[in-house]
Amino acid sequence: MNSPSPAPAQPPTPGRGTRLDPWFHSYAERTHGMKASEIRALFSVANRPEVVSLAGGMPFLAGLPMDVVAEVTDRLLREQGAVALQYGSGQGDVTLREQITTVMAEEAIAAHPDDVVVTTGSQQALDLVTRIFIDPGDVIVAEAPSYVGALGVFRAYQADVVHVPMDDDGLVPSELEATLARLASEGRRVKLLYTVPNFHNPGGTTLSLERRPQIVEIARRHGVLILEDNPYGLLGFDGDVLPALQTYDPDGVVYLGSFSKTFAPGYRVGWALAPHAVRERLVLASESAILCPSNMSQMSIASYLATCDWRGQVKQYREVYRERRDATLGALAEFLPDARWTVPAGGFYTWLTLPEGLDAQAMLPRAVTELVAYVPGTAFYADGSGHRHIRLSYCYPTPERIEEGVRRLAHVINDELDLVRMFGTSGETHVSGTINPGPNQA
Amino acid sequence: MSADSDLDVLILAGGLSHERDVSIRSGRRVAESLRSAGISAHVHDVDGDLLAYLQQARPDVVWPILHGSTGEDGSVRDVLDLVGVPYVGTDAAGSRLSWSKPVAKTLLHQAGAHTPRFTTLPQTLFRELGTRGVLDRVLEVLGLPLVVKPASGGSALGVTVVREAAELPQAMVGCFAYGEEALIEQRIDGTEVAISVVDLGDGPRALPSVEIVTDGAYDFDARYNPGRSEYFVPGRLSEPQERAAADLAVLAHQVLGLRHLSRTDMIIDADGVPWVLDINVAPGMTETSLFPQAAQAAGYADGELYAALVRQAAAR
Repeated sequence: MNSPSPAPAQPPTPGRGTRLDPWFHSYAERTHGMKASEIRALFSVANRPEVVSLAGGMPFLAGLPMDVVAEVTDRLLREQGAVALQYGSGQGDVTLREQITTVMAEEAIAAHPDDVVVTTGSQQALDLVTRIFIDPGDVIVAEAPSYVGALGVFRAYQADVVHVPMDDDGLVPSELEATLARLASEGRRVKLLYTVPNFHNPGGTTLSLERRPQIVEIARRHGVLILEDNPYGLLGFDGDVLPALQTYDPDGVVYLGSFSKTFAPGYRVGWALAPHAVRERLVLASESAILCPSNMSQMSIASYLATCDWRGQVKQYREVYRERRDATLGALAEFLPDARWTVPAGGFYTWLTLPEGLDAQAMLPRAVTELVAYVPGTAFYADGSGHRHIRLSYCYPTPERIEEGVRRLAHVINDELDLVRMFGTSGETHVSGTINPGPNQA
Repeated sequence: MSADSDLDVLILAGGLSHERDVSIRSGRRVAESLRSAGISAHVHDVDGDLLAYLQQARPDVVWPILHGSTGEDGSVRDVLDLVGVPYVGTDAAGSRLSWSKPVAKTLLHQAGAHTPRFTTLPQTLFRELGTRGVLDRVLEVLGLPLVVKPASGGSALGVTVVREAAELPQAMVGCFAYGEEALIEQRIDGTEVAISVVDLGDGPRALPSVEIVTDGAYDFDARYNPGRSEYFVPGRLSEPQERAAADLAVLAHQVLGLRHLSRTDMIIDADGVPWVLDINVAPGMTETSLFPQAAQAAGYADGELYAALVRQAAAR
């Protein structure tokens, strides 16, 4: 065999270093926390079928009538293709906005389509609201723990997130009051209260009916706009729908909704319902970011809502997720009697508190070795806390797989517990930066 | 179209190890480079379909670019031998020796190489003997600072530099999350250098050194996020240091019975002495990895060296 003779092409310059990124020193300061961690890399294994992933927040799309969706899409393209594939309105398709008001009416929201801004998933709405309100250093008050995707947005806009404790009834009003009073006394500017009142991600809890007006009143009194994120509101297992915070103070709340959990995330369609003046800025901000949301996605969803039994589909989802919630809680009771967990009345998640001394993030590689995955609690705190917690998602695996996953997790936890007891460690390791587990795990 | 267009290369990447993501990135990168050199290459995961796929696809050469466990511990290579398909890289026996850091370090120490003094302690041992006495003895004998790392595995996963005695227990727990055995070795201060070795049929030879400079540990983030580390290729070494580092890497390649390619990671201390830390039979091939940088510094065009390695394997 011939050995190739080295070509003279572009050897590195001797004596001069390279960072393999010529723009390394040009990035904006707000991107400095963006990096690929080993935790994110571990989630790559979670996608393998051998692994029971209790990490992913992916809806159960196998429950969708794909033939009906295909028909709707086919008809849309044949009959309105030239519109569907064209640019659209920056605020979003008016037909869909009207339908969105009908969807929101399920939660007692009386909205006008003009106050709805359609976005590329509610994630973009989160981005837009943060963009128009937050200057670097402004404070956003958020539940402890909070949705990881929101924390990522807040970090990107250099907000200072201050967490407020929750209990089984959701955000604790007295804690919110105390936090806002303290921040005011420190002269700090609180711009937003970010909250997921229904079937919290990751907490699994729901803000009680009694607390809803209290939270709204506290925020109003402190002059803080509420950012109400409600992707799971229609997925309550008993079918009851609690009134949105927006209904208590339409001028004090920006409400975010989404079709990702009640229909399908692949369309990337969500929305914001905002007070008039806020809406104007949201539309301008959205146009500067994306020009307009996808017409194809919006019109597909509009056709689906108009021609299919979407309420029946949501009911079916609720039943599937309730069965999986029951499987999760049953398995936890059987295999992890020493742990604590929340009992979700809807949505996708339960929040597990591990025995003292354990660090869920440090334990994740062991779990992956045992072919089970979860998202460690540290992902859901802006301040790096949450070591003793795990978010378990039950939305995607079957009940049998959930049971097997929890059994494996129990094995991992017990082994880890033995180890930390043996070494007498506190279990908390230093967390550098913030975990961004990626779209499938958000 | 070159004569190589007849060669069909199957790259194995992914698997179930903690380094799956890195492996996939490496595999795709090599496939792309091979295609640019006119060789047909495609990437396949290591899963239950692999054997059937190998028999159906009948590639001319397999290149296992699997990082971690089955990819580097020799087991997948054993299977490739059983199937009778030629592959790029070290055989199962050499992989097994390199995969175990304590074994590789011991063999290299016996061959006259410098390697930081170390001890290897499995998790089960602590169950039998308890922890305090053992760790105290480790600190007494090896001193500080120490590096605690899984006895096998890469990408700096589970690695902690211990500068104070109180940090040691936590480092052990962090390490055991990645594997059953912990290697605890003395931390040598100096210049971090990697030497890649290739053997294209005319004996192993070292490529130019890659010197790594990081603002902190050369951890996962520093390895795979461009910008965190600064690389000097060749490293800023004196000629004798470059030669000593190259000799050490070639020695490692020979002593462990490695084939085609390897990468030896080492520290060069203040006296210019290279200390071997780790030997890789499946070095990373990502955008930020060290082997591709060394190949480029040696003057190889994109894909040229990989194509030569594939031809070498095919000629077996």
